Amino acid sequence: MDKNFAARRRRDLIIAAVLTAIAALVPLFVKDVVVQNILILTLMYAGLSQSWNILSGYCGQISLGHALYFGLGAYTTELLFTKFGVLPWFGMLAGGVVSALIAMGLGYPFFRLRGHYFVIATIVIAEIGLLLFHNWEWAGAAMGITIPIRGDSWLKFQFARSKVPYFYFALLLACVAWFVTWWLEDSKWGFWWRAVKDNPDAAESLGVDVFNSKMGAAAVSAFLVAVGGSFYAQFVSYIDPESVMGFQFSLLMALPAVLGGIGTLWGPVLGAAILIPLTEITRFKFGGSGSGVDLIIYGTLIVLISLALPRGLMSLFSRPKKTGATR
Amino acid sequence: MTALLETRGVWQRFGGLVANSDVSISVGRGEIVGLIGPNGAGKSTLFNLIAGVLPPTQGSIIFDGEDVTNLPAAARCQRGVGRTFQVVKSFETMTVIDNVIVGALVRNTVMREARRKAHEVLEFTGLAARADVLASDLVPAEKRRLEVARALATEPKLLLLDEVLTGLTPTEAQTGVALVRKVRETGITVLMVEHVMEIVMPLVDRAIVLDLGKVLVEGKPADVVRDPKVISAYLGDRHAVGA
Repeated sequence: MDKNFAARRRRDLIIAAVLTAIAALVPLFVKDVVVQNILILTLMYAGLSQSWNILSGYCGQISLGHALYFGLGAYTTELLFTKFGVLPWFGMLAGGVVSALIAMGLGYPFFRLRGHYFVIATIVIAEIGLLLFHNWEWAGAAMGITIPIRGDSWLKFQFARSKVPYFYFALLLACVAWFVTWWLEDSKWGFWWRAVKDNPDAAESLGVDVFNSKMGAAAVSAFLVAVGGSFYAQFVSYIDPESVMGFQFSLLMALPAVLGGIGTLWGPVLGAAILIPLTEITRFKFGGSGSGVDLIIYGTLIVLISLALPRGLMSLFSRPKKTGATR
Repeated sequence: MTALLETRGVWQRFGGLVANSDVSISVGRGEIVGLIGPNGAGKSTLFNLIAGVLPPTQGSIIFDGEDVTNLPAAARCQRGVGRTFQVVKSFETMTVIDNVIVGALVRNTVMREARRKAHEVLEFTGLAARADVLASDLVPAEKRRLEVARALATEPKLLLLDEVLTGLTPTEAQTGVALVRKVRETGITVLMVEHVMEIVMPLVDRAIVLDLGKVLVEGKPADVVRDPKVISAYLGDRHAVGA
């Protein structure tokens, strides 16, 4: 039975490697810019949702305010770049650290809240962050920041002529987030998180440091999401508060994981692979993001999933059976 | 020999309600002690104070020679206090083995060792065949057993059992009794809260009867059940005379 467990872990790793290899070949065949764009966003949201899943799925602290960390990553990178000439790679790291620290600072009071109260707090905090950036003159206020284009370069991480470099970075982000999850799943932290999610009182009685395991999950989760935010800022080369810290980002991080299977290793990837292309294609076909058709699709999907498969699509693949000895 | 656990003049008030008043008990190493008493006697409160769910209003709790009065539950677990819950609190979305691994991680930082320890405990508690089943799919008696297994995986010096035998069929209860005896044989001290006198009394070395938040009587089970004060606490004053 230990062998089963080890085999399952190895199998996950092999599947991930194969999928990555296939994905890495895609730009050789797909030259259409619109399709490339969709693929990049899909990979990015897979990575973001995977990171969100660490705090909200594994540790059970549902956050609908992760747009804050996404925006902080974007803003830290671009403020450092435009004001101080710091290369985006360092800005990315700085954004991650800033977000992780802020996530822990916010966790200190808010991890005392449970359930819905915690969710509400995350929404409110992200909205406050949005308002602060709206009014912060030095950071461009509502006008935002335009990233000066200084020619294609890996050093400055900007590419005006081709989207392919962004594709590979998004792929890397998704891989890193997946691998971090895979690795933490079979660690003390992974077990602590699931225990905290299922029953904090029992966890405490078994020596689990409930508060610090939430803090740890928040820090890892916020760091990775901020890296995603930095990437997005470089990718779109213009940021303003709404376009990197809007509530829709919080939703778009949560939905793939919920659709695919919250608290599962593959859920976010699967969810993003279905949801993001669907969203982007409908947006493309029905014109603009104002029409709301994409929102109707989210809504319908969520209703269908919660009715038919409340544990997400992954529950179709792996469901420990009452009698069975495998998982 | 010093006691493993001692409560010294412990009080617990909830607003105007006094749940424990001046409770001083001690549990020796290797003993099985039963904590009994009618409903509302303050057993669960005392139990929670010992486990570290909340600090007492007054008094102190000494475990293994150390004052643990102000330590939270997790820290007490690290020092060797394991507990079960009266209302079972399994990690429902996790498998049985994963539930137990959480406990095993207290003393094993390497996952491989924690997993091995967890398997060992499942063998010991007779849950090995159910290792890969989700905790939510266990029947109630198995869930009780899982509570014990999880606590044992933390390698406690003192195991606190909160009504683990209550609500079981007679056969299940007998298996439970056998398990508690087996636990003691491994050198673990047991303090158990129990309702069902006829099951507990043959099992424990010593019984402590609580009533109205105070220690009423303490002694050998055979003596305790004959004590008029105990009979009147359970059955009312009328019955005490005839006993």
